[in-house]
Amino acid sequence: MMELPKKIEDQAIAIIEAGKLTDSQKKKVMEKISKKYKESLYEPGDAVGIIAAQSISEPATQMTMRTYHVAGSAGIQVTLGLPRLIEIVDARKSPSTPSMVIHLEHSHNTREGARKIASQIRETSVRNVALEDTIDLANMKIEIKVDKKKIAELEIDIDDMLKRAKKAIRNFDVEMEGDTIRLSPKKELSIRDMEKHKLKLLDTQIKGIKGIKQAIVRERDDGWIIDTLGSSLEKTLAIDGVDAATTTTNDINQIQKVLGIEAARNSIVKEASETLEEQGLNVQIRHIMLLADVMTTEGEVKAIGRYGVAGEKGSVLARANFEVTLKHLTNAAITKETDNLESVVENVMLNQVTPIGTGMCELYYSPKDKKKKE
Amino acid sequence: MSFKVSSIKFGLLSPSMIKKMAAVEITLPELYDKDGYPIEKGVMDPRLGVIDPGMRCRTCGGGVGTCYGHFGYLEIAQPVIHVKHVKTIYSVLRSTCEKCGRALVKRGEVTVIDTGYEGGEDAGEGSSGGEKETAFSAVKKKCPHCGSEQAKVRMNKPYDYMLGGKKLNPVEIREWLERIPDKDLKVLGIEGGRPDWLILTVLPVPPVSMRPSITLETGERSEDDLTHKLVDLVRINQRLRDNVEIGAPDFIIEDLWELLQYHVATLFDNGLSGVPQARHRSGRALRTLAQRLKGKEGRFRGNLTGKRVNFSARTVVSPDPNLSINEVGVPEVIARELTMPIRVNEMNLEQMKKIVKIGPEHLGGANYIIRPDGKKKKVTEHNKEEIASEVQAGFIIERHLQDGDIVIFNRQPSLHRMSIMAHRVRIMPYKTFRFNLSVCAPYNADFDGDEMNLHVPQTEEAQTEAVELMMVENHIRSPRFGGPIIGCIQDHISGNYMLTLDSTIVPKARAIQLLVALGIEEELEKDISGKELFSYLLPKGLNLKFKSNDGKIVVIKDGKLVQGVIDKKAIGTEVGILIGKIDKEYGKEISREFIDRIGKLGIKYLDTIGFTIGISDEDIKNDAFKEIKSQIKDVEKECENIITSYRKGSIEILPGQTVEESLETFIMTELRKVLDKTSKIIDRSLPSNCAVIMARSGADTACRLRRPADVAGKEDTPWLH
Repeated sequence: MMELPKKIEDQAIAIIEAGKLTDSQKKKVMEKISKKYKESLYEPGDAVGIIAAQSISEPATQMTMRTYHVAGSAGIQVTLGLPRLIEIVDARKSPSTPSMVIHLEHSHNTREGARKIASQIRETSVRNVALEDTIDLANMKIEIKVDKKKIAELEIDIDDMLKRAKKAIRNFDVEMEGDTIRLSPKKELSIRDMEKHKLKLLDTQIKGIKGIKQAIVRERDDGWIIDTLGSSLEKTLAIDGVDAATTTTNDINQIQKVLGIEAARNSIVKEASETLEEQGLNVQIRHIMLLADVMTTEGEVKAIGRYGVAGEKGSVLARANFEVTLKHLTNAAITKETDNLESVVENVMLNQVTPIGTGMCELYYSPKDKKKKE
Repeated sequence: MSFKVSSIKFGLLSPSMIKKMAAVEITLPELYDKDGYPIEKGVMDPRLGVIDPGMRCRTCGGGVGTCYGHFGYLEIAQPVIHVKHVKTIYSVLRSTCEKCGRALVKRGEVTVIDTGYEGGEDAGEGSSGGEKETAFSAVKKKCPHCGSEQAKVRMNKPYDYMLGGKKLNPVEIREWLERIPDKDLKVLGIEGGRPDWLILTVLPVPPVSMRPSITLETGERSEDDLTHKLVDLVRINQRLRDNVEIGAPDFIIEDLWELLQYHVATLFDNGLSGVPQARHRSGRALRTLAQRLKGKEGRFRGNLTGKRVNFSARTVVSPDPNLSINEVGVPEVIARELTMPIRVNEMNLEQMKKIVKIGPEHLGGANYIIRPDGKKKKVTEHNKEEIASEVQAGFIIERHLQDGDIVIFNRQPSLHRMSIMAHRVRIMPYKTFRFNLSVCAPYNADFDGDEMNLHVPQTEEAQTEAVELMMVENHIRSPRFGGPIIGCIQDHISGNYMLTLDSTIVPKARAIQLLVALGIEEELEKDISGKELFSYLLPKGLNLKFKSNDGKIVVIKDGKLVQGVIDKKAIGTEVGILIGKIDKEYGKEISREFIDRIGKLGIKYLDTIGFTIGISDEDIKNDAFKEIKSQIKDVEKECENIITSYRKGSIEILPGQTVEESLETFIMTELRKVLDKTSKIIDRSLPSNCAVIMARSGADTACRLRRPADVAGKEDTPWLH
């Protein structure tokens, strides 16, 4: 009898035990299950990689190039469709719209708690709390009128804010008077320089995590969550109240860095299948799992393509056939490469049987020794 | 006995090797004498191989098919640089000592440096930026072996090298490279040969079979681009040699040397950046060695991986619901042209003779016979009787395609494996390929002018593989999602839906007629219900329970449809639960037959009841129309409000969006709401007619019906419904 994978076996046993069956009936059911399982397996030599590639790219031809944002949702808008799929497969350093879904620990799982954490995460700069920004030309001073109410709401420490302002633009004296911050330069500056410094000051980060442009609190069936635009998994997980086990990001590279390569593999599977699903395309998850396996087997996320797995093919002819033909051939001559014709394309080129499927096996006939028989 | 290539080794050719593999030394730039015969020692030397039929090779004695050609060689007057290896030469010069030739490194100090040079050669195909090459920190100013100071080597594109402000000529570079000891080569990353071989002193002259000349109708000879290039090269080489011998002034020799370098460079690659292209007299750029290999139509992508084949046909496709899903209708004209090789033996000898007697012009005949000695003979109307009497066991007859032959059928673009499947031939009149409508989905074909290709596998191995692996019934379920990709469409679905409605009763006579059309002979006592009729097609012992398109439960018990209707959810492509189940449980033969039969049944049943649509099917009642009008008025007002608030600036700005984007989002939301509302009104008020039945059964989408009924809401992307 065929041995079943643990998960399927457990499921089968659970179902069998639930019904009122005699032992021999149970055995029969198990036999039937394992027979079905065996029938569903790929045969040795089947071109699973090609099938996976076709299964993913055939529906991809039906996707439109246009990034489509769903109208009417007030949440974070992320890249979807074909551009997103290309992004995943190319293993880009960062997605074009990085985004996190932050889950909260039980103690913080309230509207208030979520708000508080959101404000801790959202990147806030001086600009966000400034009501007015002017340059006092008579006294050569930068004056910024801040919204005290907003500062209190965001729980910003004013001293800390001034400290950061001082750090951002050096050689200025900083003082706070009522709700106005005054900055006077230590030495003469042109108006143009003053303007430059003012802009720099306005962009100074005073709270939150760098790169998180938005953090929106939303209630779901399973509690409160925070959607963000911009992603920084490492810093987010460090914040008190964030549930590290369930918080995720769509930035695969960050996941690899923070949680490791296995997590990155799962993330590729999740992101790719969600992208296809959202477009209403039906693709078996196994194909995507194979894709993710190929991309991650070497311990880092590799792109499918010239700079990734395809550029590292063992065969000179296969590489020459793919792109930049001459470079591969001349380099092969210099380094004395040997092409052992172990894969499909090389053998197609030479009109030979490809080592795949039925071409993988050979028949040998060893005639019986006549003497032994006698 | 067949041989197999087990590996291919790449490496560099040494000058002595080039001479050794050459059949002749080339010295003369002339091609032919006045009688039109190739000149010996010329670029078209007869010892380089044969290109004219009937001639014999002077080196090996072979004819056009047997002699593959022989290389010649050309002794170059002054050495030149191999342009495809300039980068390698550069990195070697930078990392070796000028004086002693040793690598500028001590043992165990090897690192990888970035040469920073990006070859322009393949820029069109996308060159990888900043590639790393094996060399080491050549920055060492002092040679660790002999202690001499190193001047910096610079490279001037395309193939000049400077050593501390002075230009290095190829002779000097060659001497330098010769000084490098063999033991240092590995650390330099050179294993295919000596680096000094990269400076050419001898050039291999490719055989004539690689550059055949074409004889025009006028009798004029037109030479290949490579031959033109080689003639130029030999001529310049000769001039340079003469000038060196007579001791001409340096600047003349320099100029000629430079010219020779240019010709050698463009012989290898006529697309180098910074090098003017070598041109034909007409002004067309020459297609030299690199151009032959590169790009989409180059040797690799154009000839080696993409091949052209015989025994194939292409024509327009059209539908035929009477064919089985694994059949293809082949026009007689094509069947007479495509052949299947049949080996004659004692058993089929008489039959084969009969086939040959029919001749090439009538269907069912033969076009060629192949004798056991390999000689191929064409069968004509005149000699067919004579040839038929010759036929014996052991001959191979190439007979016309006939019913039941296995062929491979394909529609491009071949996006998945179901784009190429094997079918059985059905010879038919007229000039199009025909196939069952259920296989439109895997090929993604329609009949608005699509053309498809057909291939005839010639060997038994190929035919068995096609039958075992590629037949249509092997691909009923797609590996992409595990469901049926071959299923029912349009009228198949409408027909079965109409038939299996609770109210349908089929009169006895008609029921028998339908069953006979499907190949089922059954005695009926009285009128039967549509469900009972449909149940005749279901395999025995099938049990299934699923939800139909309208969400109601369908029950099949022991091969009998007892509840619910058959619609898209049961038998449609991509979803069809029933087809998927039958294919999984009962195997390909039964599921193929099932799909054939339900398709036929659906269409035949629609024929008996009549099924048609007109524009009036989309008319809705007056009060419903009014209701829609008022809904639209409401939404117009609402949008008006949004726009005013936008103008006033009081519109709510959505996070991450500009004001305009927010405006669009809000208006879209409103329009979507009204589309939902009006859709409901339309669905409610449409009477039950053929058009509505199509929408309800899933044969077509409902929104295709709603829009003509009333202009409702915004035009939307179809996949969101």
